[in-house]
Amino acid sequence: MMLEADVVVRRGEFVVSAAVTAAPGEVVAVVGPNGAGKTTLLRAVAGLSPIEQGTVRSAGRLLDDAASGLHVPPDARRIGMVFQDYALFPHLSALENVAFPLRASGTSAASARRRALAWLDRTGVAHRSGSRPRDLSGGEAQRVALARALVHEPDLLLLDEPLAALDVESRHRVRHDLAAHLATLRVPCLLVTHDPLEAALLADRLVVLEHGAVVQAGSLAELTRRPRSVWAARLVGTNLYRGTAGPGGITVGAATLAAIDPPQGPVFATVPPHAVTIHATRPEGSARNVWPGEVAAVEPLGSRVRVSVDGLLPIVAEITSDSLERLDLLVRPRVWVSVKATEVEVYPA
Amino acid sequence: MSEPGPPRTLRPPVPVAVMAAVAALFLLLPLLALAVRTPWTDIGSLLGGERVRQALRVSVIASTASLGLATLLGVPLAWVLARGDFPGKRWLRAFATLPMVLPPVVGGVALLLAYGRRGLVGESLADLTGVTIPFSMGAVVLAGAFVSMPFLVVTVEAALRSADTRYEEAAASLGARRWYVFRRVTLPMSAPALAAGMALAWARALGEFGATITFAGNLPGRTQTMPLAVFLELETDPEAAYLLSFLLLAVSVVVLVAMRGRAFGGR
Repeated sequence: MMLEADVVVRRGEFVVSAAVTAAPGEVVAVVGPNGAGKTTLLRAVAGLSPIEQGTVRSAGRLLDDAASGLHVPPDARRIGMVFQDYALFPHLSALENVAFPLRASGTSAASARRRALAWLDRTGVAHRSGSRPRDLSGGEAQRVALARALVHEPDLLLLDEPLAALDVESRHRVRHDLAAHLATLRVPCLLVTHDPLEAALLADRLVVLEHGAVVQAGSLAELTRRPRSVWAARLVGTNLYRGTAGPGGITVGAATLAAIDPPQGPVFATVPPHAVTIHATRPEGSARNVWPGEVAAVEPLGSRVRVSVDGLLPIVAEITSDSLERLDLLVRPRVWVSVKATEVEVYPA
Repeated sequence: MSEPGPPRTLRPPVPVAVMAAVAALFLLLPLLALAVRTPWTDIGSLLGGERVRQALRVSVIASTASLGLATLLGVPLAWVLARGDFPGKRWLRAFATLPMVLPPVVGGVALLLAYGRRGLVGESLADLTGVTIPFSMGAVVLAGAFVSMPFLVVTVEAALRSADTRYEEAAASLGARRWYVFRRVTLPMSAPALAAGMALAWARALGEFGATITFAGNLPGRTQTMPLAVFLELETDPEAAYLLSFLLLAVSVVVLVAMRGRAFGGR
């Protein structure tokens, strides 16, 4: 009951070209910044957006094949989908919402009611079965939506930002419960989220999408140990550069970064923010990477401060509050940045 | 940036206030006159009269049947105009709303030429089945549906176009076929707009004069509707005409109040 999708989807000027797979019982999170094409990819798998190239295969059935023009409509795909904001039918009660997929496939009213109620019970909202969606709290609506997506025993579960509509307090509880439900799932699950914590807690594997393309895939540990995407770099809070390593150092755009014995060719380089030093004047020390810049943003982080410096190589530095005061960055934004070559970690791209 | 709130209430400039007051009077005065001149004391005997009772019966039956026909055909047309994608859609929309601006008597003539005894379709219909439409209750129904359907189509189409298609997508993703989605999601969710459109259409069919008299004639008990009776009574029994007119006015007011301006986006 595997999901295999390898598609090119066009939405106006924007093109998403991505491949994802998910094994039965596996939760795969499609992550990335807003506008990366995550929801577009999910909609293509659901059959709601037409694909331009490629194939979608689920549970041994070919659902989309651009080459032969095959397109199985959403209602025949045997999927369960939880939409962002849930899209519960406002004119139906919670019970009728959950019974909907069963009634749509011809199940008798009595049997559909019974099974819907059992699912509401499993997701912990049976006591709200008679309520209209507008009377449900965000957490309750999420549980009803999950029950509705699973009641007809689909071959594939699709979740689009399932917790984004919740407030901070209920998100914690609902996330915990959702994780428990996903753990018992026997079908593949594709989860779209922009929230790293959500991806970390719910998913077995992550696929990072940027500008419509997969830039990195793997477990959270793999992603953060050697980030290959802006998303993963931001998650661990490090500076990520992509460049070409040669005899003179690593060329990143117009800048050159010195490192110790880097592998040659296309590489990623990371610089941890705490290894970046900021100076008021050109430093005299031994650091091999020195360039001038201008402070663009200052953001407190506990007892320390994160300083974004624009320049030949935009970088984020983490300094102490004392340094911030001493450097007087808010008044004198023109600074010098230095990074020791030993602090630059390089790995092949 | 400030939140977009309700528009501020302003004191109108004097010329605007004066013209607005004149406009209000212009609209209200005739209605007031009708109310004042209506012979309330004769209400019982007039309503009991054979002629009025027949006209009332024809009007109620025909306008309700017109509404049924306009709803049955108008809702699918509204759906196609709102959701469909085909060449000539803009033209179809223009023609579908044409009866709203067409002089009703022209509509009646056109109906006669299409469904009349010698009409485009009417002739074959008469030859094949022996059924002739003009000057029958069926003609009253068709005339009413012809002039009233655009009101329903316009109202329902606007609602469908502004509706959130996520619900329909959700239904499809849950295994519902298109016809099931239409019945269980699209239609119930546009119920308020449908009700408003139906109220408008019914009121329009009830009041139709030009198309009815041209296409269906003026046969008491068969095709003579309330508006036709009003016009005739004006010659013979003005008091009765006043009362019937007031009755029609009351119906219109009730429809308008029941809709609370929903069809026009008011509050």
